[in-house]
Amino acid sequence: MKPALAWIPRGIVLGLIVFAVFGPLANLALWAFAEQWYYPHKLPVTYGLRFWNQVFKPRGDALESLWTSVVIAVSTVVACLAISVPAGYALARLKLPARTLIMLAFLLPQAFPSLAVYINIARLFYGLGLNGTIAGVVLVHTVHGLVFGVWISTAAFAAVDRDLELAARSIGASAFRSFMTVTLPLAAPGIMASAVFVFLESLDEFTGTYFVGVPDVTTLPLLMFTASIAGNYQIAAITALVLLVPSILFMLVVERFLKADVMAKVGA
Amino acid sequence: MPGAALDILRLEVGYGSVKVLRGIDLAVEPGAFVALLGASGCGKTTLLRAISGFVSISAGEVLVNGKDISAAPPDKRGMAMVFQSYALWPHMTTAQNIGYGLKLRRMPREAIQRRVEEMLAMLKLDGLGDRMVTQLSGGQRQRVALGRALAINPDILLLDEPLSNLDARIREEVRHEIKALQQRLGITAIHVTHDREEAMVMADRIVVMDAGRIAQQGAPEDVYNRPVSAFVAGFMGAGNVIRLHARPSGEGLAIAAGPYNSGAQVAAAALGPGIDPAYTGPVLAHFRSEAAELGAAIQGLDDTLMLQGQVAQASYPGGHYRYAVAVGDLKVIVDAPDRLAVGEAVGVHLPVKDLHLFPDDGRGNAPPPPQPEQRRFS
Repeated sequence: MKPALAWIPRGIVLGLIVFAVFGPLANLALWAFAEQWYYPHKLPVTYGLRFWNQVFKPRGDALESLWTSVVIAVSTVVACLAISVPAGYALARLKLPARTLIMLAFLLPQAFPSLAVYINIARLFYGLGLNGTIAGVVLVHTVHGLVFGVWISTAAFAAVDRDLELAARSIGASAFRSFMTVTLPLAAPGIMASAVFVFLESLDEFTGTYFVGVPDVTTLPLLMFTASIAGNYQIAAITALVLLVPSILFMLVVERFLKADVMAKVGA
Repeated sequence: MPGAALDILRLEVGYGSVKVLRGIDLAVEPGAFVALLGASGCGKTTLLRAISGFVSISAGEVLVNGKDISAAPPDKRGMAMVFQSYALWPHMTTAQNIGYGLKLRRMPREAIQRRVEEMLAMLKLDGLGDRMVTQLSGGQRQRVALGRALAINPDILLLDEPLSNLDARIREEVRHEIKALQQRLGITAIHVTHDREEAMVMADRIVVMDAGRIAQQGAPEDVYNRPVSAFVAGFMGAGNVIRLHARPSGEGLAIAAGPYNSGAQVAAAALGPGIDPAYTGPVLAHFRSEAAELGAAIQGLDDTLMLQGQVAQASYPGGHYRYAVAVGDLKVIVDAPDRLAVGEAVGVHLPVKDLHLFPDDGRGNAPPPPQPEQRRFS
């Protein structure tokens, strides 16, 4: 028979995990609704929506940078898909050694310390007049997002059996037609998932935006950073909560779209 | 509408330095049903894919109705292929799968619908048009794949082991259906299979392939009864092999008596195309398990070869008993109606007309191991 108190260690471990995940989020929520909170109080002194009004007031900083963030994220997704759909298809139909090498090449930007990379990109962009432009930030985000884009869409295309394409070819479909009507629709869930990842990555990206975009381009993460540096914890907390919404929504979408057979082929 | 004539001239295909097809010559008349038969790796599937345009050829020509199409892309060849995996599109319904090729041809919507209904009725799939193909059984999927290929009225129908994923029972049924359809529509059909019986039942002509070459082609009876080589004999089911010694004698060959076999006389008329009546030397004799009879170990007539052996193993596959008989250090498989005990001494009586004799050149013609069970039961 099990000892009656066997659940206690398990309960403690679970509790710690829950605290580690939700503790900071709870703190965030408290800050978002705190109007006054100062030492030595353990909890906010007064609650209210004053800062929400301030953040969301028409023509406010937050709404404007939210808009900038979304424009950048959508452009990044478009740019990434334009590269990763053809690249993913080509890679999926390649033989293995060459495929692995090329896919590793897409990992390279991730392999170096990002600060060093971005400082140099900023220098380069300055010369090209791309610094402080949306296009510059989109470029930086695209390079970053291509890893997800290419790796996941390669897996998605590899999961589509070659015979399905050949069947279309054999009864009269051109290569392009069979791609559009058979391969692409079947790979679409995986490609959607990669687009969601790229979108979220772009929305959250900080370092590259900071070096290439500041001071002309302000995204939500930059706004949050500025607010918390200045001690405006309420503004930072509300911005963070706003950033959480798309992440959670899209995670649910991805979870529905990404099937096990596609996941199994990522990087294979 | 009659099918197209297909001519293949000196076709070669290689992947890198590996040659898969080494000079194939094949002429298929319009409306014929040809089976490409061979073990895995013999090049039969590559040949089919070269015909369909999925594999690029390194030499030779593929002609349809006399026109060279070797350089044409797969979609411009007027062919349709049925795949072993069926390759149905899981994001489409049965009707959309079958109608795909018609839509490509910009057929009006109502005409497509009518043609799809017609195909569904012909393939006994009535009422399943709106079903997603993932909800169909294996046999039904196979029919949809066939319907998709036939809907476009192809000149040539290519079948890549379309039955190998079906249950044995359904397979027998579908064999006859495909054959009947092909005859009714008059389409030229090229069928790839490793199943001898399937090839024999379905095809007008059998092409046995070995190591990238055509080993023999002809009518099913011809290839079955008059194999030109030991390989073809073994592949066509004459899996028992014994070594004998032959020399010319009168009108044919005399087989010398050996430690385990009696002597016999083979008339020239009973000799197959695989051996010269003037040959002297060691020979390989192939025979089928059903050609032999078991009896007492005493020599019979001159035109019967008798092997002395001992029953080593017995089984009952149904209808008759099947014995492995040890003859010297070889084993032969023999079917017989009577029950015999393991260890019993028996004589294997072989009418010489059922022996397929080939010169034993001592190299490539090593006897393949006898196959007690046919492959299709595996």
